[in-house]
Amino acid sequence: MSFINYSSREINCKIVYYGPGLCGKTTNLQFIYKKTNPEQKGKLISLATESERTLFFDFLPLALGDIRGFKVRFHLYTVPGQVFYAASRKLILKGVDGVIFVADSQIERMEANMESLDDLRINLAEQGYAVEKLSYAVQYNKRDLPHVAPIEEMNKLLNVNGVQWFEGVATTGVGVFETLKGVAKQVLLELKKHY
Amino acid sequence: MADSDLVMYDNEFQKIDGELQRLHQQANANVVFLVDKNGQLIASAGDTHNIDTTSLASLTAGNIAATGGIARLLGEKEFTILFHEGEKDNIHISLIGQRIILVVIFDQRSSLGLVRLRVKKAAEVLGRIFDEITSKAEKEKVEGGKASESPFAEISDEDIDNLFK
Repeated sequence: MSFINYSSREINCKIVYYGPGLCGKTTNLQFIYKKTNPEQKGKLISLATESERTLFFDFLPLALGDIRGFKVRFHLYTVPGQVFYAASRKLILKGVDGVIFVADSQIERMEANMESLDDLRINLAEQGYAVEKLSYAVQYNKRDLPHVAPIEEMNKLLNVNGVQWFEGVATTGVGVFETLKGVAKQVLLELKKHY
Repeated sequence: MADSDLVMYDNEFQKIDGELQRLHQQANANVVFLVDKNGQLIASAGDTHNIDTTSLASLTAGNIAATGGIARLLGEKEFTILFHEGEKDNIHISLIGQRIILVVIFDQRSSLGLVRLRVKKAAEVLGRIFDEITSKAEKEKVEGGKASESPFAEISDEDIDNLFK
């Protein structure tokens, strides 16, 4: 759900990073935070446990620039990936405009990826959304590690609809901005259809 | 889409701003602000210079969402008022019409009783304004929208690429 303010000439959109525990959602946000000009970003807020696992969400507001005189802001959120935080994940998806599914490319994490994707579908459906109708992209993260699954196989398992996908190494920033841009573009083009 | 987007025009924004200014004064508050349930800051009044309002808005919405989750687990529809007391500053959070969150930050120059009283009155007014916004949006949907003013009408791939330069 975007917020379009004609009075202050601002457009605000919400993008959520989803995926299994330790797949690199927070790392994506940290890299974006690190590489963005100070005047374009707000604080990166992480509600995390003492061991730096996301407890509720991470939040990063980004003001990317102007389109036709309107300031475009994206609010980036991550969900807590660990299975038992299901109730919190549901809350964060509320009012979402675009979703980035971050998948862990390591072969041994494939089951966790699939479980998380199912969880995403269920949680979206509960709010009347469908992955197929949402601005949505997949990031195959951790491509630099040994024992990663081939992209073709991951697409077969995690991307049956053939949506936009990106290879990523979030720790060094590979694919991070490309993925964000991919979904941000879809969100803005979706708004164009409606307004 | 499940929720409709929130579209605000100058006219409604001025009304909201006026009501927040009045609440800020009458409740003797430090800061008053209005957030939508998804964490977007809508408007604020008072001394916001030293406050990161964007983060505050997002965390407040998270707070309301978590409390709402607890309420449903207990079979309640929603807890409509939250109050946090600090050493110096206190924060009063209330939900208006299931969609908008009104936040009042105040110190010892005011009191919880006064804030509650003023918030209750302001909530009625703000609730009516947001009803207007909703009905206006629905009307526009039926009539085909205000394409002429829309910033999106002619948005191009190039515009979007420029955002990421």
